[in-house]
Amino acid sequence: MQRLEDFAGANGLLVAFVFVGLVMALAHLVARHLTRGRLHGSAVAIAMGLLLAWAAGVDTGGKNGVADYPLLAGVGVLGGAMFRDFAIVATAFGVRLSDLRSAGWVGALSIPLGVVLSFAVGALVALGFGLRDPAEIATIGAGAATYIVGPVTGASLGVSSEIISLSIAAGLVKAVLVMVATPLVARRIGLNNPASAMIYGGLLGTTSGVTGGLAATDPALVPYGAMTSTFYTGVGCLMAPSVLYLAVKALL
Amino acid sequence: MPVYGVAVLAACTLAGLYAGDLIGAAMGLEANVGGVGIAMLLLIAGSNLPGRPLLPGSPAGSGVQHWSLMYIPIIVAMAARQNVAAAVSGGTMAIIAGTLAVVAGFALVPLLSRLARR
Repeated sequence: MQRLEDFAGANGLLVAFVFVGLVMALAHLVARHLTRGRLHGSAVAIAMGLLLAWAAGVDTGGKNGVADYPLLAGVGVLGGAMFRDFAIVATAFGVRLSDLRSAGWVGALSIPLGVVLSFAVGALVALGFGLRDPAEIATIGAGAATYIVGPVTGASLGVSSEIISLSIAAGLVKAVLVMVATPLVARRIGLNNPASAMIYGGLLGTTSGVTGGLAATDPALVPYGAMTSTFYTGVGCLMAPSVLYLAVKALL
Repeated sequence: MPVYGVAVLAACTLAGLYAGDLIGAAMGLEANVGGVGIAMLLLIAGSNLPGRPLLPGSPAGSGVQHWSLMYIPIIVAMAARQNVAAAVSGGTMAIIAGTLAVVAGFALVPLLSRLARR
């Protein structure tokens, strides 16, 4: 077993290709036969990935899903930020500049609007759960933006590590839910053109959620959602510990 | 040759991510600001330049297209390495905060889309 684990570790990326290929093949079978094509194969594959990550996390107690199994460590490389960003940029190949401009100023506005919206919702929930310290409320609100904005805000406001973990958990819930729910609500919210995909990316903002959700809905929309969501975490890190925290403090 | 396309893609990605990193640092943030977006604009510019070295369907373009097709498998790998267990066991407050943020975001998409069409 040790020998096999070492071997799989040395060839991690190849193991990851086989793993992902198997998951996708199984997902397409499930999509075709169990959902009769109502759910996209990619959507099922992403859901299966999340399900496996959950089972692995419960089993190993680690934070990297199936990548915490030594045999599947390569999945962590293939699914890591480097390959993700590389492939997202590749999807922009063939995009027309006129499509990028179609959302206009509303597309740009959707980013700060999305940050404020998520922050306000998260802060209200924190308030509802009895938190009274403005720094703690702001950290939970920031976590509802993305799981990076939460800890960055918490660290700069000096809150306890329990609150920081809660804010990360809120951001993870958001990312997972966006991945799973986007293909289900896409038609109802009119997510079928470049302009609405840019607005969606700016409002939801969580890069992994947005790019996963769009991949499961319509891969042609990925570059548009990625274009706005890539600014969201930065805008969130800028606003949450400063103006938004001060707003919470002033309101309490 | 396809590798030219892959090299240009990698160069655009690196340049964009580094620019995003520097912008983040200049704003005093521990976050990448717009790196992927800048990289995408560089690639779009590269495939729209006069002379168009990176035409879709050209040998160099096929190198880029390959990675664009690998996008969904990479997202599946990304899903399989998420900390889902922490999200599920994060406590009621985290789950409600994350869920309501998603619902609010979804609800605003059609409203803003209508604004953008005017």
